[in-house]
Amino acid sequence: MPDAADTFPRLVLRQAEERPDRPAFREKYLGIWQVWTWAQVADEARAFACGLAALGFSRGGHLGVVGDNRPRLYWAMAAAQCVGGVPVPLYQDSVAQEIAYVLQDAEATVVVAEDQEQVDKLLEILPQCPNLKTIVFDDARGLLRYQQPQLLSFERVQALGREYDRQHPGFFAAAIAAGSADDVATILYTSGTTGNPKGVTLTHRAMIATGRTYAELEHLGPRDEMLAYLPMAWVGQNLFSYAQSIVAGFCVSCPESTETVMADMREIGPTYYFAPPRVLEALLTQVTIRMEDASRLKRGLYEYFMGVARRVGPKLLGGAEKVGIAERLLYGLGDFLVYGPLRNVLGMSRVRVAYTAGEAIGPDLFVFYRSIGVNLKQLYGQTETTVCVCVQPDGQVKPDTVGPPLPGVELRLAESGEVLVRTPGLFREYHRNPQATAEAKDAEGFFHTGDAGYFDRDGHLKIIDRAKDVGRLADGTLFAPKYLENKLKFFPYIKEAVCFGQGRERVCALVNIDMDAIGNWAEKRHLSYSGYADLAAQPAVYDLVRGCVEQCNRELAADATLANSQIHRFLILHKELDADDGELTRTRKVRRRHVGEKYAALVDALYSGKTSCYIETQVRFEDGRTGMVSANLKIAEARVFDGDAVRRAA
Amino acid sequence: MTAAREIGLPILVVEGVSLSFGGVTALQSVSFDVREREIRAIIGPNGAGKSSMLNVINGVYHPQEGSVSFRGAKRRNVRPHEAARRGIARTFQNIALFRGMTVLDNLMTGRCLKMNSGFLEQALYLGRARREELEHRAKVEEIIDFLEIQHIRKTPVGRLPYGLQKRVELGRALATEPALLLLDEPMAGMNLEEKQDMSRFVLDVNDQLGTTIVLIEHDMSVVMDLSDRVVVLDYGRKIADGTPGEVRTDRDVVDAYLGVAH
Repeated sequence: MPDAADTFPRLVLRQAEERPDRPAFREKYLGIWQVWTWAQVADEARAFACGLAALGFSRGGHLGVVGDNRPRLYWAMAAAQCVGGVPVPLYQDSVAQEIAYVLQDAEATVVVAEDQEQVDKLLEILPQCPNLKTIVFDDARGLLRYQQPQLLSFERVQALGREYDRQHPGFFAAAIAAGSADDVATILYTSGTTGNPKGVTLTHRAMIATGRTYAELEHLGPRDEMLAYLPMAWVGQNLFSYAQSIVAGFCVSCPESTETVMADMREIGPTYYFAPPRVLEALLTQVTIRMEDASRLKRGLYEYFMGVARRVGPKLLGGAEKVGIAERLLYGLGDFLVYGPLRNVLGMSRVRVAYTAGEAIGPDLFVFYRSIGVNLKQLYGQTETTVCVCVQPDGQVKPDTVGPPLPGVELRLAESGEVLVRTPGLFREYHRNPQATAEAKDAEGFFHTGDAGYFDRDGHLKIIDRAKDVGRLADGTLFAPKYLENKLKFFPYIKEAVCFGQGRERVCALVNIDMDAIGNWAEKRHLSYSGYADLAAQPAVYDLVRGCVEQCNRELAADATLANSQIHRFLILHKELDADDGELTRTRKVRRRHVGEKYAALVDALYSGKTSCYIETQVRFEDGRTGMVSANLKIAEARVFDGDAVRRAA
Repeated sequence: MTAAREIGLPILVVEGVSLSFGGVTALQSVSFDVREREIRAIIGPNGAGKSSMLNVINGVYHPQEGSVSFRGAKRRNVRPHEAARRGIARTFQNIALFRGMTVLDNLMTGRCLKMNSGFLEQALYLGRARREELEHRAKVEEIIDFLEIQHIRKTPVGRLPYGLQKRVELGRALATEPALLLLDEPMAGMNLEEKQDMSRFVLDVNDQLGTTIVLIEHDMSVVMDLSDRVVVLDYGRKIADGTPGEVRTDRDVVDAYLGVAH
């Protein structure tokens, strides 16, 4: 017999019945953490759901939700689902026009907004959204004197709802009974880099299946704690703090404000944590800066024990490799002196499971967290798959893969290397966009992710690039320029790299040095230089970068699929790649084709066996003037490794 | 589509105030009034007597002539702490906070006037002291929420950037729950974004808490946007008084600001 609680409203009611007094939500208000139990949450959602019904919001209607993580916004989502409606969370930092597009596309009739800032945006676009009849606000501050008839406070809607509930006693139960697992539970708009965002429709069945998969894999239960600090409109936050919380019954805490997240995290002590690489990076930078300001004794201790941690920590956490008693004792001492206090400062003392995803994470960054005992793991997925494709299981964590497919997920690799996915958590369609749906989902129900990847020896998926950027070398082997570039960029000395190899025999690269890191490095060695171009041309810098490239080659050689894309020759550019010169996009992504054309002479020289090349380029200064810079660039050879030999040695 | 605030009767009346330091005349028979829930700006070139005027209002300086009536009570030589007790709070041109204390503690000092428990009770944290502390802390937390400074609650003020220190100072003035708030150049030295934030808080204080505000400001666009009425001082004399629109086109004001060929 299938589980009767197969929609979110039914699950909320079940949590309220099974654990009425367990905390479901926390939010800090006036310096004190306020708690709402599951019973209270069910009651609040019921009042709001009936209020929505009183306002004429009915089955199939769409409810916009816009704001930071606030308990009431989550309750509004549950309430909409109770009456068969579909919540559509929006990014709280969207400008008015972006919000207008989504509200029009979703034909939302009611929007729940966090505060005055959001209400102002909504009022501005009201004339463009004829379907939008009601704006409900959570925080009344500054809205006292607004007189628009569309505006209603959250409390007012709940009061209407309680009245409606009294007059229609059977309504609420009947509305929940009418829901089906195959109803759409939410529509999440993906922030597409090209064109308008697409609305991804996810059913109750898909989201609950995903929530259960994660809950079982990580043994999530009512005793777990999570801090909701990423946008609600992002599928990950939605899944972790809404779907999983309702499935597993754990408590979600909302930070006091976006600036207090670090302090709130220390106070709450989450057991379950998610952070994209950029957040982890920012945290590590803070730690590093504070350690540099610390006294010599502390700094010495930190450096010594971090060395121990890097050697021993990941092995201990993985549990697969043997660790000697002496190393264990040393790590234990380090844990007492350094790692424990550090985890405490980061608010990660109680973290049992931490995930990162979204972009490639540098191995050093990844290993840092694991070495201090935080069980950080990578996962892989998209909005369309409810972020449920691959996760690294405990004990099988590697810095450069995203792990094996989750239970119930079917993965296939297309001829082009593109990853195709079929899972119970798959989206139904793009809202009102059958053409895009047909392009993304094939006849067999596989979703085309647009990512290229392959499986390593242990069956872990390795994502290397966007499928459209992946090419082939002349001998037909895979060439993933972004993967190589990322690998190079993970070295602190390399700021940017551009790899060439499409249709060629071998891979060559243009490299940009990181002025800060190499400048520092040069200073310590008393290496004098006059500027960027001079520093970039120093033989010692070439040696340093060659070391990085060769290290990268060694790692590539260990991987049968990529052994052929080792970098044979490279040169260091005399100027930084710059968005003003059209070499980077505004989000700092390399425009590979443009760079290839602009520096065609250099690329030819890399492939022709010359040892140097003269180049003259136009640069645009910050004040808009242009000028010419010229340089005679050296071309360096890098050692390549015999793939089979390296793999045998390993 | 917002409803207008209700501006009430005059809450503060300044009549014929003259103030001099030895031979230097700072103010010369200046008269104006401030109505309830109004935002009133005092502007003028450097040395026009703006800060002196604020100091007269809250009793730091005692004028040789004229009087100041607040809420109908006429008085001449009131002392600053009496003014504070009667509901006049202020901020300073140069921030005057306790730099080594946290934001929270600085705001709590704003509540001192309202504490009734004795030294011993407070030292031992007994009965009334405990009850009062909780009450005041709740009030201070409301201000922290209002000014959106939760993230620096426990940070020593000396470590904060200038714009935030200004905000904390406003918070301390609000902690006294004033009827009249005197702001001496609240936006001096701020960048555009900080100015916008501060302007919003000034408007919010006026709108949500119903506090009457007198402010001195040099940034004309801020003055024109925020204030209901403007007093213009030049060399200690009032040269104009009216709405921002009226003052802006006033001949004497233009001369005072741009200089005039005599």
